[in-house]
Amino acid sequence: MIEVESLSKSFKVAKRSAGIGSAVKSLFNPQYSVVNALEDISFQIDEGEIVGYIGPNGAGKSTTIKIISGVLVPDSGKCKILGNTPWENRIKHVKNIGVVFGQRSQLWWDLPVIDSFNLLRDIYRVPEGEYRKTLNLLISILDISSLLTTPVRQLSLGQRMRCEIAASLLHNPKILFLDEPTIGLDAVSKIAVRNFIKTINQERKLTVILTTHDMNDIEALAERIILIGKGQILLDGTLTDLKKRFASHKIVKVDFTENTKSINIEGVKILNRSKESMALSVDLDVIKVSDAIGFLAKDLDILDVSVHSRPVEEIIVDLYKVYQI
Amino acid sequence: MRAYYSLFKMRVLKGLQYRTAAIAGVCTQFFWGIMYIMIFEAFYKSSTTPQPITYNQLVQVIWLQQSFLVLFMLWYRDSELFNQITNGDIAYELCRPSDLYGLWYAKLIGQRLSGAILRCFPIILIAAFLPKPYRFSLPADGISFILFLITITLALLLIVAISMLIYISTFYTMSPTGSLLMIAVAGEFFSGLIIPVPLMPSILRKIVYLLPFRYTSDLPFRLYAGNIGLKEGLLSIGVQLVWILILVWLGRFLMKRAFKKIVVQGG
Repeated sequence: MIEVESLSKSFKVAKRSAGIGSAVKSLFNPQYSVVNALEDISFQIDEGEIVGYIGPNGAGKSTTIKIISGVLVPDSGKCKILGNTPWENRIKHVKNIGVVFGQRSQLWWDLPVIDSFNLLRDIYRVPEGEYRKTLNLLISILDISSLLTTPVRQLSLGQRMRCEIAASLLHNPKILFLDEPTIGLDAVSKIAVRNFIKTINQERKLTVILTTHDMNDIEALAERIILIGKGQILLDGTLTDLKKRFASHKIVKVDFTENTKSINIEGVKILNRSKESMALSVDLDVIKVSDAIGFLAKDLDILDVSVHSRPVEEIIVDLYKVYQI
Repeated sequence: MRAYYSLFKMRVLKGLQYRTAAIAGVCTQFFWGIMYIMIFEAFYKSSTTPQPITYNQLVQVIWLQQSFLVLFMLWYRDSELFNQITNGDIAYELCRPSDLYGLWYAKLIGQRLSGAILRCFPIILIAAFLPKPYRFSLPADGISFILFLITITLALLLIVAISMLIYISTFYTMSPTGSLLMIAVAGEFFSGLIIPVPLMPSILRKIVYLLPFRYTSDLPFRLYAGNIGLKEGLLSIGVQLVWILILVWLGRFLMKRAFKKIVVQGG
């Protein structure tokens, strides 16, 4: 459905050091450096998949989204989405896609939400009957019926984001690109957005590509992740794959009666410690969690123990380290 | 077509949302008009040689200029579009299955019309009840009124085509200030909004006639006042059409080129 082959894009970035002197110098002799935002990116995505596209800031996530949504023209590479090349058949291509840029707005700031929706209906030439049907569905799943007549400027961020997502689906696209859809949202709104993405993916076989920094988004939604760093794909697989490969540690949290005895167990690293509690990282290659707790019990009067898998977030940080990005 | 109409409607709605701005505009324009008329009154009284435009005609032109100010001022701008370009919200516009030039064109016409509709009637109405030398009167004759209606419509299309170039230049310069200031000041002067075109020295007048600007406000207003005859009026409609075609083509061309190089940064 989406085929991307050796996509590359570089930007020219103006460079100058601080101060008036160099500012004047750069007036006459501007210096540029070339940043390779994307280098040889290739992947394939099938219908109905939810793909988490992750990477640190500046990795090239948004650049990829912008290229495959037809906003930017790449330097080289091929891309076929439902038979169209985004930057060549832009108008035909964008009818098939919906895009949400989490940090930008497509709604008219001064006007009630419904006016923006109706405008989109006309821009995408959605037949009235179909529009009503889609709108009603979106209103009920996203719970936005009471927001429709409110001017956008008076919506909260979470309310606005729900409306933004509805706006990008009014023309019934086959693919949805979400660029940081949960940025800045509170926990409740995040969950609402996630549930919605799941529902719409299942009900409409919508293909979703999502970039985010929030690993809970990925855990809740994406079966497949593509990790990108410094413009290259570092990993393309399922979340379970990733965990298996990199989750060789468990976190053990222990509460105990006041004790300052030093703990020294092979394969166990103390992450932080106070008088009455500590968090430990247990290396599963060296020692089993139960053994580690056994050793601890000898030295401490344990009140409570909890064992956690390492959050995906930390795995990603480790991955960044492994790949040196 | 429906999308353009819908966008136009949205922009009109948005313009109507802000009434206080319109009231303030009406007051300013009204006093500005009176001030202008008084200046020219002093000018006409101090000179005995007959001028190429009569005092009465000039009063008509000035009232029209003031009431349709937002229709033809180049500095009257949609800062939303500039923001879209500089902060990258343009990314959304590029995800729409339509031609951006057309969408913006429709939006800008909507903006100017919504501004003008709210402002022109109160000014014209008050000016029509002023004492004699300051009064705004009916058009010179039926034909000039018809010509006025045709040329003012084309003039709106023309001014938007010119202003599109300012918006497009922002793709290259990233700041609207420079081109806005340059084109706005030059445009205002060359369309006779500072010194009426008939009162300009003849060399300057020749230059003014070669440029597109006077075909925006000078032409329709002087037709209304009866300062331009039927033949010249008809000929000027042709010139207006040619300018619209040239400028729209140029705008589309430059926009297309800008999109090849566009960079949407961040986020």
